[in-house]
Amino acid sequence: MIVDTLLVRLGGESGIDNAISAGDVLTLSVARSGYHVHTFRTYPAEIKGGPVMFQLRAGVQPVPSLGDKLDVLLAFNEEAWQLHGEALRPDGVLIFDPGEHDAPREFGGTAYGVPLDRLSKDLNLRKGKNLIALGALSALFGFDFQPIQATVKDKFGRKRPEFVESNRIALMAGFEWAKENIQDEVPFRLAAPDSTHDPELVMSGNQAIVAGALAAGCRYFAGYPITPASDILEEMAKRLPPIGGASFQTEDEIAAIASVVGASIAGVKAMTATSGPGFSLMQEMLGLATMAEVPVVVVNSMRAGPSTGMPTKMEQADLNIALYGGHGEAPRIVLAARSVEDSFYQAMHAFYLSETFQMPVILLTDQSLSHRTATLPMPDPYRVPVVERLRPTAEDAGGYQRYRLTESGVSPMGIPGFDATPFTATGLEHDEYGAPNYTPAMHSAQLDKRGHKFERAAEVLCDLEYPLGCHAYGAPEAEAEVGVLAWGSTAGVVREAVEEMAAEGLPVAALVPAVINPLPAERIMEFAGHLRAIIVPEVNRTGQFAAWVKANTELHLISLNKYGGLPFTPAEIRAKVMEFLVAKPQEPAAELQPTEEVAHG
Amino acid sequence: MAREAKTKPKLLPKDYKSKVKPTWCPGCGDFGVLASLYQAMARMELDPARTVVVSGIGCSSRLPFFVQTYGFQTAHGRVLPVAIGVKIANPALTVIAVGGDGDGFSIGGNHLAHAVRRNPDITYVVMDNEVYGLTKGQTSPTSPLGFKTKSTPYGSSDAPINPMAWALASGVSFAARGFSGDPKHLTDLIVAGVEHPGFAFIQAMSPCPTFYNTFDLWRPQIEALPEGYDPGDRMQALSQVFRDDGIPVGLFYRQERPTLDSHTRVTAHPLREETEDFDVQALLEMYR
Repeated sequence: MIVDTLLVRLGGESGIDNAISAGDVLTLSVARSGYHVHTFRTYPAEIKGGPVMFQLRAGVQPVPSLGDKLDVLLAFNEEAWQLHGEALRPDGVLIFDPGEHDAPREFGGTAYGVPLDRLSKDLNLRKGKNLIALGALSALFGFDFQPIQATVKDKFGRKRPEFVESNRIALMAGFEWAKENIQDEVPFRLAAPDSTHDPELVMSGNQAIVAGALAAGCRYFAGYPITPASDILEEMAKRLPPIGGASFQTEDEIAAIASVVGASIAGVKAMTATSGPGFSLMQEMLGLATMAEVPVVVVNSMRAGPSTGMPTKMEQADLNIALYGGHGEAPRIVLAARSVEDSFYQAMHAFYLSETFQMPVILLTDQSLSHRTATLPMPDPYRVPVVERLRPTAEDAGGYQRYRLTESGVSPMGIPGFDATPFTATGLEHDEYGAPNYTPAMHSAQLDKRGHKFERAAEVLCDLEYPLGCHAYGAPEAEAEVGVLAWGSTAGVVREAVEEMAAEGLPVAALVPAVINPLPAERIMEFAGHLRAIIVPEVNRTGQFAAWVKANTELHLISLNKYGGLPFTPAEIRAKVMEFLVAKPQEPAAELQPTEEVAHG
Repeated sequence: MAREAKTKPKLLPKDYKSKVKPTWCPGCGDFGVLASLYQAMARMELDPARTVVVSGIGCSSRLPFFVQTYGFQTAHGRVLPVAIGVKIANPALTVIAVGGDGDGFSIGGNHLAHAVRRNPDITYVVMDNEVYGLTKGQTSPTSPLGFKTKSTPYGSSDAPINPMAWALASGVSFAARGFSGDPKHLTDLIVAGVEHPGFAFIQAMSPCPTFYNTFDLWRPQIEALPEGYDPGDRMQALSQVFRDDGIPVGLFYRQERPTLDSHTRVTAHPLREETEDFDVQALLEMYR
């Protein structure tokens, strides 16, 4: 059977089977062959030991989500079969190592035993199992062999030339063994890729954030290592110095954001990136940036919490702290990236907004999106304006008021070394000049100033167009009966489920805003229109986004929560939508009972 | 705009005085430190548009408001990482960090050791009064053991930190101690600190007349470092900072070593001026 998408999962032991690096090689090779790809990975928080999983979904058309049941499971050991066997479709393909365990009797699909361990020992390649497995996979499923070899060369060629040859030998060994020993046709093969277009880019969500930030003019980054945001620090450390910027690993997250605030005061577009525990530590400096009106961009790649939680698992549970973290009334702009491509645009967007409104902007992503590699068309940086903060003019010199009360709330910001307008910024309440001032009139006036900026931002943000504004999927909204309202990385799964259902003629539509605060409430109300039910899927237990939308719109929403550390699958979205599609059409929305549906993942 | 400042007439100490009146109690030691800073700035002819005074929170951290340069009063304890961000962003700026013992050695203590080991070209003046003043008289990290305050009614259980020893042990490249009762000497130390290419740590003994008046206790103990003292000798510096008798003041240690910006930066220009020739398309092509 020829299929349009193929979902392959590699499961093994961390530090032994190198499943992740095999997955990375396969991803790049498949993308270079002209397919679209979408990956998902989980691994233990420990460096050695514990189960890791890498999953690759390849398609002839764009693949917006991680998919549902596995077509192929490559289990390096018996534990991988035990952990992932259930995810494999009953008629799927299992590739296992007969040296590790027997073919599982309960499995009714096609099982191929490939002696990975024995072949690697015969070749004296202790760490070659993963490439032997890739060789076998490409023989069985007809993946083009050349891109795999080229990718191995690109990946290891410069640092470890000896790897290239040994990896080639391992690849060939797996390939030839499978050709010789497995004659039967695999149950499904991926259709030929569309060769009319150039291969797309292959980036991770975090890499896309870095590229977007640099495109927006970010030239200072400071961070503290934390999963799953460390690779933003590493990527910045690599990219910034050659283009005249600076990247800096600080002693903790407090120092990271503190130095970012300092760099911004000195006139540089600056950013930090962290995850939940670090984001908690950053709250005091976010308050200072709001009070002193300093533009900063903070990326929070959400992982399962609270506390240290599950560092390598995803969750969408930091919306509340992004919106409300910190004391006092300190409005913040909150964005949530929806895909790898969107990570690029939202990073640019974050700088546009923070410079325009001189306030912190929080960009939310999460473990699944940060570490997802996916194909994407070449982003167009000209779709997002690149701006600089308002600066003093000659009129401002002499009696310069840094915090002048203006109608929009935005006032010119002088930069040391560039503007002859010295002032002192402070976290204390202050007058127009920046001097401490605790009078009732001044506190009200300055709170209004900071509030007006935010309200002005809401006006600017209400008519955003692609790629920054709300993404809509599925049936035309006027015809839809059930709607799905999602945020962040859940976008891809929702898109796939809803588009598929709409293609079947089902009246389902979806809306996914990128700007969470200020919420595009009018657009959401327009979407809600005459929908019979609006489902809000999110990876958290309490429905933080649903509560936020309710607070802003008074809409009746149905929460679909999943909170096991894993993203939704399209089938889970579909199942929930179907519940409401089969409900009697004459039943008015007001009588629908709110349900707290829970899918344990 | 700022470049025109050089052609203006010579600035006097009073020209660095802002319109904001100091909020300190009469007789506060911090007045002496502020006077020294005005003197030092005038002596070095610092351009107010190219100078940033950064502080944390506390009585002494109010200082930036009283100086007519750029200033930033940050959050409690965060003066050093903010100052480092300013300096990396624009190495051409003169960055002076100020604060108190609680700000620098308690809540911000972690940042001190890391700032010191990085050696940014920043001068850090800590006004040490051995007490929390702004919150009205609690024990501080430099208060003596057994110190009785409202928060330690039976006497403090914690031995004091030795700030000079801490800075030296962390690898500081410039360490000096002055006394607010001798602003002339303190001015010399601040000038030497700002001119030092690296992190200059200056402990300014600055009594609090309201909650722990140590003027009379300290003044007879203040004395110059011994004759023939060599500030290039770290072991000699350590033996002086660990002395049980007297409060020696002066330049304890000075060493030249590479600064933070020579490591984090490719050029010495402000980062703002470096944003032109980056081609994001070329970066993105690498991911194909």
